[in-house]
Amino acid sequence: MNMEDSQFSPASPQRRFNTRLGLILFAFYSLLYLGFVLISALATDMMEITVVAGLNLAIVYGFGLIFAAFVLAMAYGLLCKTETTPPSQEDVQ
Amino acid sequence: MIYDPAPLAVIVFILFVVFTVGLSFFLGRKAKSSAGYFAAHGQIPWAVNGVAFAGDYLSAASFLGICGMIATYGYDGFLYSIGYLAGWIVALFVIAEPMKRLGKFTFADALDAKFNSPGIKAAAGISTLVVSIFYLIPQMVGAGVLIQPLLGYPHWVGVVMVGVVVIMIVVTAGMVSTTWVQFLKGSLLVLFSGILVVMVLGKGLNAKPDAFETLGPVARDSLAGFVSEDRKVMPADDGWQDQDYIRLRKAGASGFDLFRVESVDGTDNVLLREAQVIRTTDGQRLVDGSPIGTDADQKQLRPVGHVSKLPDGQEQTGPLGPIEFFNTIRDSELVLWGNETVVHDDGSKSTVYFQKPTDGTRVLRPGEHPKFAGIRGDNTIDKINFLSLMLALFCGTASLPHILIRYYTVKDGAAARKSTIVGIATIGFFYVLTMYLGLGAMTSGAMDLSDNNMAAPLLARSLSPLLFAIISAIAFTTVLGTVSGLILASSGAVAHDLIGGVLGIKLSGEAQVRVAKLAAVVVGIIAIILGILFKELNVSYLVGWAFSIAASANLPALVMLLFWKRTTKEGIIASVVMGAMSSLGWILLSSDTYAKVYGWDPADAIAPFSQPGIVTIPLAFLTLVVVSLWSQPKPAIG
Repeated sequence: MNMEDSQFSPASPQRRFNTRLGLILFAFYSLLYLGFVLISALATDMMEITVVAGLNLAIVYGFGLIFAAFVLAMAYGLLCKTETTPPSQEDVQ
Repeated sequence: MIYDPAPLAVIVFILFVVFTVGLSFFLGRKAKSSAGYFAAHGQIPWAVNGVAFAGDYLSAASFLGICGMIATYGYDGFLYSIGYLAGWIVALFVIAEPMKRLGKFTFADALDAKFNSPGIKAAAGISTLVVSIFYLIPQMVGAGVLIQPLLGYPHWVGVVMVGVVVIMIVVTAGMVSTTWVQFLKGSLLVLFSGILVVMVLGKGLNAKPDAFETLGPVARDSLAGFVSEDRKVMPADDGWQDQDYIRLRKAGASGFDLFRVESVDGTDNVLLREAQVIRTTDGQRLVDGSPIGTDADQKQLRPVGHVSKLPDGQEQTGPLGPIEFFNTIRDSELVLWGNETVVHDDGSKSTVYFQKPTDGTRVLRPGEHPKFAGIRGDNTIDKINFLSLMLALFCGTASLPHILIRYYTVKDGAAARKSTIVGIATIGFFYVLTMYLGLGAMTSGAMDLSDNNMAAPLLARSLSPLLFAIISAIAFTTVLGTVSGLILASSGAVAHDLIGGVLGIKLSGEAQVRVAKLAAVVVGIIAIILGILFKELNVSYLVGWAFSIAASANLPALVMLLFWKRTTKEGIIASVVMGAMSSLGWILLSSDTYAKVYGWDPADAIAPFSQPGIVTIPLAFLTLVVVSLWSQPKPAIG
């Protein structure tokens, strides 16, 4: 592996932005997931509270986590900046 | 239950196999170089790679295991869906792009990108092999277990068939054909699961209060002389004494009808609720006292799973919307089934299945499955065990080598990112469906008490024979897609990491591919042998082992390499070794393994709880930090 085009070469501003964005979204989702897991483990009865449309917290939060993963993934995809790839011998095409 | 294999399922499956193997041979010419064999030349379109992620990731454990668990206990199975999906967030936001940039063919490549150390290659290569083989065994056993009811062949045929087909797929065109097999499988699985859910909602729910007999109330004192439709109470002997069951028998009839005796609150009366029992003795299996079979004097376990009361005394609901479906279940009473063991005088055992009328609200909340019941109690250890499991699911996905190598098949970091997003959409959509499939099976009247892995195929059978054939064939091909990925990852670890990187044997591209193909054949044969040897064991927990070991051994090293500049090669090696050894050691000393693998008393287990992640993942991080600080290069450069 050539060090020049590896992760460890000085990152372009676009890549730094993308990495930061990824970490922020990761932290946000982790908190959301942690909340779900902690409620399940420590306040299990809370999961039975009806939240919306007759659905309990377990269903709303559980499906919400799956939906949130999708929404955050889309947001990340849209917000990420395109990197200006430095010319490298491995980039055929 | 006794299954009539569907010829149609065999035809659908053979069509799939012929198509995929034909495609593999066609694609074979593209995989002559290492870059072709291991990484499909990085030319897989990102959208295809995204769906292939789903085909690689959604193993039989997801499709059959989760649906079966939801069908038997409700929401608890869905906790796995949530955890397995959440793991993809780690993959997308933290791992995807660096993984593509750092590595070339294998997981070890990425971990070793900065140091070029044989030690790292050895540790990562061995960790890849261990994780992949633990993952492989349940898939192979699953192939054997599935083939009997679905296609009608004995266990070993299923294992050998999957093994041979997968070896052909991997050897002909490596990652190229593996990708297309996974793409096809992922698309078919999600598409037909979607159709199945539409049909479940379209059919709605039906109340069947009389699906099984309920007798009484009867005064407890007069139970001995109880008679119902010419059936008299049999004497309580041969292990049945002191049990909450009575057996009713009609003179001259084969076997008996079993009833569970349940007190009616506040009275001396009891209700008799029909139960079912299966006994294994001298190699013979008896159902309710009759030999198992379909003749007049034989019996088989009857299919179960019904709604006993719908809201407002309705008999059927008609088509339901996705939210209405949950709300109707919430206000209904469902009949779940429990089981217990009765030991007879000759030492043989019976498994008794009994009805548990259950409030609909209870299947829509966590904590009903015995494994998760601890979160409803006061025992802190049980709660930690749960947190540990959810942590392992979260961290495990992005550390599974057979998933990570898919990142090398696309052209750059942006394509890696986009394919993960497609993967999350596909996999997330599938996991949403699991809840409907599971609850649909729970209320389908088609469940097999002795095998809850069959929930999804049996649900399909209750709706349409054609759909059953297709879903059965898909269930079987599910194994093909995942096993291909695992064998490819293992062959890369052997040929590229261990032989090339550690032993330092320099091979030309084509020679390396030949070695990798040979390794794939060897790993494939080992997988076939293990699949046959482990036939009798329920090995689904091995997938859990694989997740815990991957999360402990691989993730801390990968994350620290990316985000901590002072990480050293000694730190990485120590972290991988410590993570793998500590999690494996913990598992081998845990109560689950004591009970299921060694057959020892789980109370003697040394590990305080079963799931190691919450201890061993931080331990691997800590090891990396301590060893890295200790082994900092003396004259600091830059």
